Amino acid sequence: MAKTLFEKIWDRHLVEDLGGGTGLVLIDRVLLHERTGGVALESLAAAARPVASPAQVFATMDHVVDTLPGRTDRTIMPTGTAFITATREAAKAAGITLFDLGDPRQGIVHVISPEQAIVLPGLTLVCPDSHTCSQGALGALAWGIGSSEAEHALATTTLRVTRPKTMRITIDGVLGAGVTAKDLALHLLARFGSSGAKGHVLEYAGTAVRALNVEGRLTLCNMATECAAFSAIIAPDDTVFAYLAGRPYAPKGAMWDRAVADWRTLASDAGATFDTEHRVDAADVAPMVTWGTSPQQAVPLGRAVPAFADVSDRDTAEAHARALDYMGLAEGEALAHAPIDAAFIGSCTNARLSDLRRAAAILKGRRVATGVRAICVPGSGAVKAAAEAEGLDRIFLDAGFEWREPGCSMCFFAGGESFGPQQRVITSTNRNFESRQGPGTRSHLASPETVAASAIAGRIAAPAALEQIA
Amino acid sequence: MTPFTTLTSIAMPLIRDNIDTDAIIPSREMKTVGKTGLSDGLFAGWRYTEVGGRVPEPGFVLNDPAYAGAAILLGGANFGCGSSREHAAWALAEYGFRAVIAPSFNPIFRGNCVRNGIVPIALEARALAGAPQPLAIDLPAQTVTDAAGTVATFAIDEEAKAMLVGGLDAIDLTLRRRDVIAAFRDAHRTAHPWVYFDA
Repeated sequence: MAKTLFEKIWDRHLVEDLGGGTGLVLIDRVLLHERTGGVALESLAAAARPVASPAQVFATMDHVVDTLPGRTDRTIMPTGTAFITATREAAKAAGITLFDLGDPRQGIVHVISPEQAIVLPGLTLVCPDSHTCSQGALGALAWGIGSSEAEHALATTTLRVTRPKTMRITIDGVLGAGVTAKDLALHLLARFGSSGAKGHVLEYAGTAVRALNVEGRLTLCNMATECAAFSAIIAPDDTVFAYLAGRPYAPKGAMWDRAVADWRTLASDAGATFDTEHRVDAADVAPMVTWGTSPQQAVPLGRAVPAFADVSDRDTAEAHARALDYMGLAEGEALAHAPIDAAFIGSCTNARLSDLRRAAAILKGRRVATGVRAICVPGSGAVKAAAEAEGLDRIFLDAGFEWREPGCSMCFFAGGESFGPQQRVITSTNRNFESRQGPGTRSHLASPETVAASAIAGRIAAPAALEQIA
Repeated sequence: MTPFTTLTSIAMPLIRDNIDTDAIIPSREMKTVGKTGLSDGLFAGWRYTEVGGRVPEPGFVLNDPAYAGAAILLGGANFGCGSSREHAAWALAEYGFRAVIAPSFNPIFRGNCVRNGIVPIALEARALAGAPQPLAIDLPAQTVTDAAGTVATFAIDEEAKAMLVGGLDAIDLTLRRRDVIAAFRDAHRTAHPWVYFDA
């Protein structure tokens, strides 16, 4: 019988059918970070439950650590040090590999896992972090869980999982010039909504997806959690195999050949059926920016803030009005007129080398507008080192950006650094929720190049619009 | 975990779509490496007059004496979206909520509720959000009955229901299958040896 890619991975990991639509599923990798990982490890230890297979578990520091140069275990976030030291001690006691502060491999968990080839096609991988779906970009079944489920996976090498439904979104055609994976992700959110893939494994397919490099695929899959998907996945292909070859935890030699032969079978069969199917024409996708407080509240750059009547299939009148009030915007207002206070490039969505290169290409020879605070936080130590080797740090610094140490940083406010109330921020991150980047902060999600262009213009601007300013 | 069979309680209405886990418990309120001490931070951004403060915002429903002691929360669509932080469920449970009724839930949040004895009930909550009224939840029967006696039935997957009704610990249950898991894992390792570092 024809199977979907999800079904192939599910079947090879299904230890037992527990009945009622729930399966006991073998877990190949558990990833942890200091924000939610330390508590899981401590809780397991307190219950005298050992980590069953520590060699399959990896931990990093990303959520709480400072990203300012010269950082230590001390954090701007009050009480952050306790999360760092607890995770370090618990990881050591459990025999788990930790990419600690000062380790050149340290970085955001969903950036370093592909970099190190910890994630591989066909694996099951979980992490107590909602953006774990990013890693489906390499053809793994990767999903976010809570701390209790992390304890379960650590103690048993399995999870009890209600079998998700399947959805395929096929995006054929060619993305226009200047249209990125981030714009595609926001386009899909605006179209299908923040519950649009609820509980589904979302397979991205089609020529426009195939044409994305691995970093673009990671960006696309990253935001599947914003439409309530169980996870996202893309069939692994030569682009993925070339990316993984020779990376630290990838199989080597004859084992590599054997793995690739297996990975080539990991695609949805012709005739496989999905619970839901959508088709999207890549030519319909434009550079996007969010105007509201949910990632689904996104419009093409240059378009005005939509009237409620235009989005009434998606939002309630109350939600629409509340978002406008919070954001300090009015129906029909041109977003391009809104002056920005800050620009942020970073996060598991858009802080990889290609993201920084594209932003730097716009920043080169230009200066951030007066009064705009601009920050770039590379996603990992490896990204930072590679960027510096090709001089990108100089371009960011000369343009007036801060150039930081790797971590999640100001993607969210943890009680430390904040952009400040009513500050308007253009950001390459994934969530524009109320107070996400600081109490009262107004976040507009966009691609790294739109963030860079807006930083220079001092208002929300498309890269193409800079030609008229320069 | 406390078993859940039936519950009768006032229901507190917070009918907004896309209530995210940052709103349920802001990151800044997650101060210690642990699962407790979180209820004061529940909905902190809406509940208090200023960031980090503890002066109640009088207009917010959590501070409305008419709903004091409510163990049922009524929410909007896509409840619990955003961060996977289980602190959201821990904070709700510690505050005293045992059930959330909303048209839809984020999948990770729903799982976190089940692991912490909170029943996620997928029902349109708006109709139940009038004047403060007691609702009666019967989990084995999968029903919610309002003060007028109107009965609504809800769906919940069998595994979640069994865990909640039995107050079961998932890890204990799974560890009983330790031998089955080990045998399956050995076979998986033989077929896919590159997956394993613990040779």
